[in-house]
Amino acid sequence: MAADWRSYKPKIIPDIPDLHKIDVYIKNGGYEALKKVVSDDWTPKSVVDEVKEANIRGRGGAGFNAGLKWSFMPEPDGGPRYLVCNGDESEPGTFKDRKIFEYNPHLFIEGALIAAYAMRCTSIYVYIRGEYLSWIQMMEKALSDAYDQGFIGKNIFGSDFSVNFYTYTGAGAYICGEETAMLESLEGKRGYPRVKPPFPAQKGLWGRPTTINNIETLTNVPSVINNGSSWFKNIGAENHPGPILYGISGHVNKPGVYEYPSGVPVLDLIHEVAGGIKNGKKLKAVIPGGSSTPVLRADQLDDVSMDSESLRSAGSMLGTAGMVVIDEDTDMVDLLWRIAHFYHHESCGQCTPCREGTGWLEKILLRIKNGEGEVKDLDLLLDLTTQMEGRTICALADAAAWPVRHTINRFRDEFEARCKKSVHAVA
Amino acid sequence: MKYEFTKEELHQIERIKAKFPEVKPATLPVLWLAQNKYGHVKPEVQKLVAKTLGLPEAHVHGVAEFYTQYYKEEKGKYVLDVCTCLSCQLCGGYDVLHYLEEKLGIQSGETTDDGMFSLQQVECLGACGYAPMMQISNERYVNHLTPEKIDAVIEGLRDNTLPEFESNKMPQHQTEEN
Ligand SMILES: Cc1cc2nc3c(=O)[nH]c(=O)nc-3n(C[C@H](O)[C@H](O)[C@H](O)COP(=O)(O)O)c2cc1C
Ligand code: SF4
Ligand code: FES
Repeated sequence: MAADWRSYKPKIIPDIPDLHKIDVYIKNGGYEALKKVVSDDWTPKSVVDEVKEANIRGRGGAGFNAGLKWSFMPEPDGGPRYLVCNGDESEPGTFKDRKIFEYNPHLFIEGALIAAYAMRCTSIYVYIRGEYLSWIQMMEKALSDAYDQGFIGKNIFGSDFSVNFYTYTGAGAYICGEETAMLESLEGKRGYPRVKPPFPAQKGLWGRPTTINNIETLTNVPSVINNGSSWFKNIGAENHPGPILYGISGHVNKPGVYEYPSGVPVLDLIHEVAGGIKNGKKLKAVIPGGSSTPVLRADQLDDVSMDSESLRSAGSMLGTAGMVVIDEDTDMVDLLWRIAHFYHHESCGQCTPCREGTGWLEKILLRIKNGEGEVKDLDLLLDLTTQMEGRTICALADAAAWPVRHTINRFRDEFEARCKKSVHAVA
Repeated sequence: MKYEFTKEELHQIERIKAKFPEVKPATLPVLWLAQNKYGHVKPEVQKLVAKTLGLPEAHVHGVAEFYTQYYKEEKGKYVLDVCTCLSCQLCGGYDVLHYLEEKLGIQSGETTDDGMFSLQQVECLGACGYAPMMQISNERYVNHLTPEKIDAVIEGLRDNTLPEFESNKMPQHQTEEN
């Protein structure tokens, strides 16, 4: 299926001028799917089933089937239930959800409203990182227009479905992208991830049933309702179907966000879509889906495509599909130290292995970067990563450990060479 | 200096509170409102927020400390947040930082003597494809920085003009936006 990516026409952000305006969106068939589910004979359960069947895998990084996640919500008991839309977008290399806020906010709003109908949520919050002030303002305008049209609020399209929809502004903390930290932040507190279980579906926002989905995940919902799950499953890679917003950055000629089906070959994305490596240099490595996904060397990329299965067999992950392209002149020690610095800076400090571990990773890497490291430091680093993994409240510690382990293993020569150099030789 | 909210601001705070089933969630938005008004959320301002919302000062303080975008001290008139994270690092983010350090005669983390500029290094701002980049005063993103562009931006800011909002088109799109 991946072969036909060249003839693909964008669906999440199609090339329609002014699509962010509600009248243009409506003229192009917008809010029809919402109308259909609330007025026709789509029961909430049938919406959940259709979305589950479509296998929309979460675009926030973990790739969990969205419909399946919705089905974990307990039966309504008359009290409030929440949908929280994750627009924190802070994983280095990731800059796609912002495009949706700017170019097609109503598709996201419509998707979230359908999700809320399916799970019988009473309120929706879209949590957006505070740095995205300009895009929060765009979302607020879009929401207010949708309220004015009666798509949000009481008795939507004359049905008995009513829901509120609010924005919430973050204030600078990567960890608030983690779903339970996001709930804490929304409750007006420090963003400390919660111990699971209980899972948010059981005990989420203010102790009530809550589902958290990524922005891009939700934009796929209206087309599944309009065209059916089999249509959706026919787009892109078999086990990870649908459109993907690929964010391509780093050493390429034409960086940016591109929409193609899942499963585009990595090398096609780099050389054809993004115009190849800058300044005629050679490709050295790729981080396929945000800073936490393991780096792949250029010689590991033959026949690898951007879907979870293919990347897993290659030794990495799809993550957020925010691909960072690295040229031959890049110093992998510097690069890894900067990634380690990021995770250390962003650790919330609740768990000892994460708080101490991320600190040590950064410190040892700095030592190596400065030419003061020893080869045994590399094994110390690898050992630290195993001590951090799987022992903490949230996955930030894992996200910090993976790049360290894989970058060292895959570029061991480069790290050893730096360790053997003396400080004086560098200066 | 006396710290207080105007009547209009108090109305605004009521509207914020109406979005939630309890008061605490208003902490972040009201800290934002206060920072936009005073330019920082030093302890005096945190106190005002706590008093207005009827929440303990310790709670408001804890929140203000946790989030990096709240300024716990006074900053320059313009705060330049230069991204040096992954993609920006690859595309010259540190060159931008050092260029600004030299140009303004301050180190990252400092404020110029005339109080015009504070310079900071920040983590990924979600603009990786438009690197190197910076954000001005928690507001405007400025992308694809070059020495010439930085010079022009600084000159503009000295005249109190924020650079224009830059829309980064989807490269696949052919048609012109209005
Ligand atoms: C440290 C950390 C940071 C995260 N940051 C984000 C983020 O910025 N945006 C996002 O959508 N998901 C992020 N996630 C994943 C969320 O916890 C959650 O899985 C996701 O929002 C669920 O939505 P989805 O199933 O639609 O992908 C993060 C997870 C971790 C552990
Ligand atoms: S793993 Fe790290 S970021 Fe996550 S809760 Fe523990 S200390 Fe905080
Ligand atoms: S790395 Fe600088 S904006 Fe993402």
